[in-house]
Amino acid sequence: MTSTEVAVTISVDGNDVAVPEGSTILDACTAAGVETPTICYGPNLTPVNACRVCVVELEGSRTLVPSCSRPVEEGMVVSTDSDRVNHSRKMVLEFLGSGVDLSEADELNEWSAKYGAQPDRYENPERMNEEIKIQDDLYVRDYDKCVLCYKCVSACGDDAQHTYAISMSGRGFGARIATEFDVTLPDSACVYCGNCVAVCPTNALQFKTEFDLRQVANWRPEDQTVTTTVCSYCGVGCNLELHTQDERIVKVTSPDDHSVTWGNLCIKGRFGWQYVHGDTDG
Amino acid sequence: MADLHFTDAIANDGERNAIDLALGENSALTIEGERIVRGGASRRRGLRHLLLPALHALQKESGWISPGGLNYLSEVLQVPPAESYGVASFYEMFRVDTEPGHDDDVVHVCIDPACRIDGADDLIASLEAEGKHVHRSPCLGQCERPPAVFIQGRKRPDVVPADDDAFVLPQAGDDSLRLLQRIGVVDPTSLDSYREHGGYEALTKALELGADGVLAAISDSGLSGRGGAAFPTGIKWTAVRDADGDQKHIVANCDESEPGTFKDRMVMEHDPFALIEAMTIAAVTTGATNGWIYIRGEYPQATGRLENAIMASRDAGLLGEDVAGSGKEFHLEVRRGAGAYICGEETALFNSLEGFRGEPRNKPPFPTTNGLFDQPTVINNPETLLNVLPIVLDGAAAYRSIGTERSPGTRLFCVSGRVGAPGLYEHAFGATLGEIIEAAGGASGEVQAVLLGGAAGSFVTSDSMDLPLTLEATREAGTTLGSGVVMVFNTDDDMADICQRIAEFFKNESCGQCVPCRVGAIRQHEMIVAIGHKPMPDEKRVLHEDMVQVMADASICGLGHTAASAIKSALALGLIGANQ
Repeated sequence: MTSTEVAVTISVDGNDVAVPEGSTILDACTAAGVETPTICYGPNLTPVNACRVCVVELEGSRTLVPSCSRPVEEGMVVSTDSDRVNHSRKMVLEFLGSGVDLSEADELNEWSAKYGAQPDRYENPERMNEEIKIQDDLYVRDYDKCVLCYKCVSACGDDAQHTYAISMSGRGFGARIATEFDVTLPDSACVYCGNCVAVCPTNALQFKTEFDLRQVANWRPEDQTVTTTVCSYCGVGCNLELHTQDERIVKVTSPDDHSVTWGNLCIKGRFGWQYVHGDTDG
Repeated sequence: MADLHFTDAIANDGERNAIDLALGENSALTIEGERIVRGGASRRRGLRHLLLPALHALQKESGWISPGGLNYLSEVLQVPPAESYGVASFYEMFRVDTEPGHDDDVVHVCIDPACRIDGADDLIASLEAEGKHVHRSPCLGQCERPPAVFIQGRKRPDVVPADDDAFVLPQAGDDSLRLLQRIGVVDPTSLDSYREHGGYEALTKALELGADGVLAAISDSGLSGRGGAAFPTGIKWTAVRDADGDQKHIVANCDESEPGTFKDRMVMEHDPFALIEAMTIAAVTTGATNGWIYIRGEYPQATGRLENAIMASRDAGLLGEDVAGSGKEFHLEVRRGAGAYICGEETALFNSLEGFRGEPRNKPPFPTTNGLFDQPTVINNPETLLNVLPIVLDGAAAYRSIGTERSPGTRLFCVSGRVGAPGLYEHAFGATLGEIIEAAGGASGEVQAVLLGGAAGSFVTSDSMDLPLTLEATREAGTTLGSGVVMVFNTDDDMADICQRIAEFFKNESCGQCVPCRVGAIRQHEMIVAIGHKPMPDEKRVLHEDMVQVMADASICGLGHTAASAIKSALALGLIGANQ
């Protein structure tokens, strides 16, 4: 905190913590060293508070409140480890596990284990039941893995790219992320910046390179190295993180806290690296 | 705003004309030769709130939301087509699929409890046998005359066939009524008739009292919201009056969709000027200049009568630039919903009206500071607004002379199901459940259960006949008045079937935004279908209680908070799942 910022003090699990005015309860929890599960939250995205896994108990509030979006107010008393909080977190994770393929959602699975989610308590639950969409060589959309967190919609829209190629469509359990009339990505407004892929928490959106390696059981994050460099295409100076496996680039990201990109890239930086390998077939 | 991208699909002439007509002066796209001559993209920004009217026009013209038509309205309104599609696919009345059958009218038949126990299935079977295109609809707000039908016209106006029948208000002509006194007496199409029956006297009085006087009267009266949440109206109005903002809004939440509820329709159809007068009082009191009546799409008669009443009031100088010579400005218009229960949630309603998906917003901030278009907004149920007229005219003390200390005044009850005379009734707060059922002709057969407050309410049994239907007594008894629903079931009714339908209702009507409600509602439905008429095993009871708790604790809005409450009560009372 700089000296010009106004501090707001709230109590988190009995400990006072001071954070700048305009911070969220989640910021205060982090400042207090309390780990909070999140799914739909992204550091550079406007909170949509849809997943409800970050809920906390706020004294005076009838319902639990989403910590990711609730601004702090002086004197708030917050509990993050109460029975009600733990119950809701467990149930949210359990609900998601009962209908969505979370096999590649590593962080989410860690929380599910921590909170004791039991997705197998449900008899014949209806699931997402979506076919994988492979419509180009750049990324795939596997909505069987989608938790409808809105992050890709936000990244495609107001929070990063302003392309608006996708939206939430339908209603209830039938809600899906879609282009208009579900037209293919090449027919849609998509510009292949891949910023949606970058924010997806469950691997529903993934690089085609990653997808292909997973298909042959050769996706090995533990054997990958990440090299930070600067994109060579134009003068903006975006940081690139090149994820390499067996000396080939398999994925490109950008740091969320980089002051130029804030995690975002364009099609060239994200997908235009084949020349590095000197191959003609990409 | 984005540089919009469109697919190759082109609207036909009929679609373009229909959309242009719906948008009126805002249909900014005129092409001469190959050149757009009027209204560039910049001029068309800020028109997104016309998305729903444009979609209605396209649906009526083509029988579905065609890709070409969607492209056209998206370009005119400068809305990304993916987002227009996201909005269109949200609503029951818009078809975005291309399956056959969209050339005809769509006959919506209600399958919710009151119609379900009174012939809905047989009616659907016979309509389908005639080759009609039937849509199984959630509650259509005609529970007093089951089974309910609404016909969504293709290239012709929507109609409710039952509107042609003589309407019945059981208490018509009873002078002691406060809210329903004009219904069945006044000509709802005539401003003169309204004035002959005391109409617009309250506005005159309100202008004499001034904002402080009106706010004091409303606060002192103890009036609270009649939509279900019972928030004190005086606090709401005062907050909006005190809020900073160049522009403020009055919104009448006429998206009445709670199963079992039809009170607002009756009021809007048979006393439309009263709603307009009350909204005008709210406007001059709070400083709002814009008013919106957001009415559910399945109420064509109410929509027509409100539009007529607005025009008549405007022509008489009671709306517009100078309301009744007061120098105050108030513009009012009607917007139709398109079939979505969730849009009765106030912040979902704002999103819907603004042309976004009807997903609730997180609160705080509250509508009093960040409402419609993010501006200070009073949003009230029509019944709440109706109460303003006697409060302003007669004062708070007179208003409180009936009812109880904590629930002053009267309440509208929508009595349906197994009673002798289903219909809309006005009773002083404090009347017991048994008295209300007696006044509606008494129960037919032996009462098995009564659904109080709608699908979002809870069941009680004949043990509760002495329960006074006040806010405080129902709360203490662990139930709710909700929107005033009293739906009676007798021992011939299959409660397992009724509960399955209630669970299905929430599964279908959850907007899908938050996990507790989106998944909780479908898991509850699966569980109740699996139980059927069988006993509920203990581990399933525990699971249901776990679901109830997360939905109540962690859902974004009231729909999720209450989506399990009726089922919970049915289980607790042994109406379903009981050990035999």
